[in-house]
Amino acid sequence: MKAGTNLEKILENGRFAVTTEAGPPKGAGAGVIQRKGELLLHCCDAINITDNQTAIVRMSSLAGCALLKQLGADPVMQIVCRDRNRLSIQSDVLGAVALGVGNILCLSGDHQKFGNHPTAKNVFDIDSIQLIQTLKKMRDEKKFLCDEDISGEVPIFIGAAANPYADPFEFRVTRLAKKVKAGADFIQTQAVYDVAKFVKWMEMVTDKGLDKEAYILAGVIPIRSVGMARYMRDYVSGVSVPDEIVTRMEESKSAKEEGVKIVLEIIEQIKEIPGVHGVHIMAVGWEEIIPEIVERAELLPRPIL
Amino acid sequence: MKVITEQKPWDEVIEYLKKHQKVYLIGCGTCATMCHTGGKSEVLEMKDKLEKAGKKVTGWMVIPSACDELTRDALTENIKDVEAADAILVMACAFGVQTVALYANKPVSPVLNTLFVGKEESPGYFVEVCAQCGSCVLEQTAAICPLVKCAKSLLNGPCGGSVEGKCEIDPDIPCAWQMIYDRLAVLGQLDKLEEIQPVRDWSTSHSGGPRKITINT
Repeated sequence: MKAGTNLEKILENGRFAVTTEAGPPKGAGAGVIQRKGELLLHCCDAINITDNQTAIVRMSSLAGCALLKQLGADPVMQIVCRDRNRLSIQSDVLGAVALGVGNILCLSGDHQKFGNHPTAKNVFDIDSIQLIQTLKKMRDEKKFLCDEDISGEVPIFIGAAANPYADPFEFRVTRLAKKVKAGADFIQTQAVYDVAKFVKWMEMVTDKGLDKEAYILAGVIPIRSVGMARYMRDYVSGVSVPDEIVTRMEESKSAKEEGVKIVLEIIEQIKEIPGVHGVHIMAVGWEEIIPEIVERAELLPRPIL
Repeated sequence: MKVITEQKPWDEVIEYLKKHQKVYLIGCGTCATMCHTGGKSEVLEMKDKLEKAGKKVTGWMVIPSACDELTRDALTENIKDVEAADAILVMACAFGVQTVALYANKPVSPVLNTLFVGKEESPGYFVEVCAQCGSCVLEQTAAICPLVKCAKSLLNGPCGGSVEGKCEIDPDIPCAWQMIYDRLAVLGQLDKLEEIQPVRDWSTSHSGGPRKITINT
C-alpha cells in the first residue's frame, strides 16, 4: 500500500471502483461541500474535489478535501499546474497529507482564457508529468524536488488524467505511458461517449501493458439537456460527443432521463472493456443524479470494503 | 531577429501627457519602422495628432536604431529641441525607450507595446519565435519551441485540449505539440517524445532576475 486510501484498497483488491466529483462553491460556505459529500459518500469509493476547474476561482481543493475527510469520505485532491509553482504545490501536498488526504490527481489545468480571470498570468512552472514525478519523489524518496529531505512519510496514491479523444491520437498512449513511468498509480480519463474509440485506445493501452502498471478509471459525464449535449459537442475542447447522442437527446421527451440512460449504457459497455478498473462519474453541477446512476448501474452498495 | 511592437491606444498615450504640454518625438528606423509603428510616417502622424490635441511638438527624429549607443549622439545633435520639451515620447521598442531614458534628463514615455521577438511569416503577419528562456529545448522538439508556441509552455507533449491540430485556446492557433509530433514523425524521431523532460531550471529565464553575461572579446 502506498497511501492506504479507500480508493487504493478497492483497486488493489481487484474491485471495480466508482469515483465521483464535486465542484467546490464560489464562496466560503462549508455547507456546500458537506451536502455534496453526504450525497455522494455512500454511492462511491472516492470523491474528487476540482481545483479551480475551467479556470474559475472557487474554494480550494485542499479545503474541500479536508471537509470531505471530516465526513468520513475518501477525497481525491486535484492539483492543476496552471496556478501554483513548485514551492506552493509541494507545501500543499504536505498540508493535504497532514489533513488525511491521500489521493492526489495531477492535471495541467484548463487555460485561464476560459475562466473568470482571463488576464491572469499562468504558472506552469512544472507540467502535469513533472508533477507526477514530484509527488513520487516526495513519497518514495522522502525528498523535495531540490533533493532536500522531507521529515517523515508522504503517503500518497498518485493519480493522473488521460484523454483518448485528444490529438494526436497515436501519441495519447505514449503520453499515458509517460505518466505511468513518471509514477501515476491510477488514471481517470476524459468523458467517454464514443465507446468504439475508447475501446481502440484501451487496446493500445493493454498492448503496452499499461493497465497492469496503473489502474484505469473511465470517465463519464451525464448529459442533462439538449443544450449541454450541443455545447459539449461543439465547444468543449478534447470532449467528443457523437451526433447520435445529440440526436437522441433532441428526440427524447425527457432529456434528463435520456441523459441518464445514455450514461448507463456507456457504463455497461465500459464494465466489459478489458483493462478498465473502474468508472469516474463527473456530474458537473448535477451531483444529485449520481446516486441514481450508481444504483441503476448496479454498482451499489458502496463503499464495498 | 526582430522586435515586434504595436501602438498603445491613443487614450493611454495622451494620459501620459496630462501634465506635459511640450513634447519631443522619437521614432526608430529598424524594427518599429518595419512594423509600421514608429517609422517616419507614424512619427509624423503622431505629431499631427498631438498638435490637434493641443500639444506643442518641439521636434522629432527617427533614429536609425534607437537601441544603439548612437542614440546619445542623436539626442546631443538635437539638444535644443529636446530641451525645449517637457517630455519625450518614444515610438520604439522598450529597448529603445530605455536607451533614450539613459541619455535624456526628461520624462520618457513609451508609445508602443513591445510584444515579442518574432518574424513576419507573411506580409503584415508576425509570429513569436523565441521567448529567450535561456535554456534551449529545440533539440528535443524538432526545432519548434513549445515554450513560445504552446499556450501552457508544456514540455512533455500536448495537453488534453489538442484537437485536430488546433490549440484549445483558439481554433486559429495551431497546437505546438501537434506540429512537433508531425515533424518528429517525418524525421523518424518520435522516440524523442517517450523521454520525460524533467522539471526545468527557470533561473536562466526572467525568474532569475535581470539577466547579464560577460562575453570575452
